[in-house]
Amino acid sequence: MITITNISKSYGKVQALKNVGFEVSRGELFGLIGPDGAGKTSLMRILATLILPDSGSASIAGRDVVKDYRYIRNNIGYMPGRFSLYQDLSMEENLQFFATIFGTTIKENYELIKPIYSQIEPFKKRKAGALSGGMKQKLALSCALIHRPEALILDEPTTGVDAVSRTEFWEMLKELKRYDITIIVSTPYMDEAGLCDRVALIQSGNILQVDTPQNIVNSYKGKLYAIKAQDIYQLNNLLRQHTNIESCFTFGEFLHIVFKNDSSEQQAIVLDYLENQGMKNIVVQPINPNIEDCFIQLLQ
Amino acid sequence: MKRFFGFIQKEFRHLFRDYRSLLILLGMPFVQILIFGFAITTEVRNIHVAFVDNSRDVESIRITNKILSSGYFISSGTINDVNSIEAIFRQGKVKLVVVFGNDFAKQLQAGDAIDIQLIADASDANTANLIVNYTQSIVQDYINAPQQSPQLVPEVKMLYNPNLKSVYMFVPGIICLLLMLISAIMTSISITREKEMGTMEVLLASPLKSSQIIIGKVIPYVLVSFTIGVIILAIGYTVFGMPFNSNVVLLLFEFVLFITLALALGILISTVTNSQQVALMVSMFALLLPVILLSGFIFPIENMPAFLQYLSLIMPPRWFIIIIKNIMLKGVSLEYVWKETLILAGMAVFLLTVSTKKLKTRLE
Repeated sequence: MITITNISKSYGKVQALKNVGFEVSRGELFGLIGPDGAGKTSLMRILATLILPDSGSASIAGRDVVKDYRYIRNNIGYMPGRFSLYQDLSMEENLQFFATIFGTTIKENYELIKPIYSQIEPFKKRKAGALSGGMKQKLALSCALIHRPEALILDEPTTGVDAVSRTEFWEMLKELKRYDITIIVSTPYMDEAGLCDRVALIQSGNILQVDTPQNIVNSYKGKLYAIKAQDIYQLNNLLRQHTNIESCFTFGEFLHIVFKNDSSEQQAIVLDYLENQGMKNIVVQPINPNIEDCFIQLLQ
Repeated sequence: MKRFFGFIQKEFRHLFRDYRSLLILLGMPFVQILIFGFAITTEVRNIHVAFVDNSRDVESIRITNKILSSGYFISSGTINDVNSIEAIFRQGKVKLVVVFGNDFAKQLQAGDAIDIQLIADASDANTANLIVNYTQSIVQDYINAPQQSPQLVPEVKMLYNPNLKSVYMFVPGIICLLLMLISAIMTSISITREKEMGTMEVLLASPLKSSQIIIGKVIPYVLVSFTIGVIILAIGYTVFGMPFNSNVVLLLFEFVLFITLALALGILISTVTNSQQVALMVSMFALLLPVILLSGFIFPIENMPAFLQYLSLIMPPRWFIIIIKNIMLKGVSLEYVWKETLILAGMAVFLLTVSTKKLKTRLE
């Protein structure tokens, strides 16, 4: 459905995308995951026909994003990273406006947006500028969907939205799969990766890996342990200098570590060393890696 | 087409929702024209004048009375000492001192050169000039009157503005100023606002063509500007008695032409700026000053240095002012203003072409 081949893009000396390529199949919920400045927005804008790639090509539903941009603009829904609806128009007027410029009406496609729009419909006379973050998000999604697009391009839709609204938002995206709409969504939140069918991890313009979240987690090299002690700062320093530690990163109240040699004898040597150095209440447990662990490993 | 109307509907919603700005837009012509028409006037009235009369004879008193009865002057009394003239000017109230020499009547009767001196406060050069001219002609008039010998008395007739009302000058000027500013500023701001709010990104990614976006943006402001033009005309006609025996259709056609030109300028400004602030500043500096200074609205173009005269040739307001003055005051038809109209039309086409060329279908 969406094919991206060898796309590069630079702004002056900064290269935002380096030979990026992957495919998204029909009806898939695809996540583009990476930190700020990784090149997510550039790629989304290229797909939305808003900027031109320096080299490489991309197509949606078999149409080239550069040559056939008119077709694509008629048949995709795009939600930019910034809230971009008219603040001085009411919710209903915004929706109506987007319906009209896409040559349709609210009534015609109401069925499609109903699960989302019905939640905020009681406030339809309210100005868009006076809505809460979560409501704005729902309205923006409704506006992007109102013309029943073949594909949805959502650029960081959950950034700056509270945790409850984020969860709700992902629920809505899952619902949309029923209508066979292909969705590509970018996000800096690694924990959202698990909600996608497949994800691409992106960093500094490079795609690190494209796979299902499960496969990415499974491909983690080594065995991961979570460790904590009373003085987590000192623990971190000691572990990072230890010769048998492959990697060590802080992760909430725990440190995630991988041993170079994780036989139980070698582990015991490390723990003894820590105790000798005055660490108290050490807790170690094996854990399953998450996407963020994988991302960090891929960066090394 | 339906999509396009949807866009225009949205633009009108923006316009009416921000009713404060709309009120200012429509109220501006009233305030401006009343200020220019009543308060700011280049005619001089109620000038304080003092006299130093060294003769105190029949003739000098008659001249004094004649000056005072002209309606332009108010007497600030007589001064006895020539040396105190300076002090009186410093107080600032008196703008003119008339000094009669000794034996004024005798000189006059003998037909000799007469001793009369006009001393004016030239810290305001224009006013000083006007006052002196007025007084001179009053004195001249008095001296010439009783004599029998053949005189060269030119019969003056001021055509098109017999009373030399300055409001006849200002109405065309204000029409020009407001149409230019409102059209250009409002369009450039409304386009840059979409850029600033990020909504331009969504519009560009939509099926709307960029020309549709621009035309849709412009139409509401054409209507607003046009309304303002008509309001000014109406005030000029009812309050100030501007002559209105002219070709109204032609006049309104010229309005539309000029508005189009100004809107094209606004679009051009919005294509090179990304924020409302900058758009506003550029519109003000790039448009306001030339309109006021180089259009011949306030300062006669003929008096400018050659360089500025050439510069004024490319100022649309210059041509527009000529056109509306001719149409309104002289009641001429297109036959007499076709050249200026053609120049404006040419400029409009040029600006529209450039600004649509500069418009992008993408973000960069």
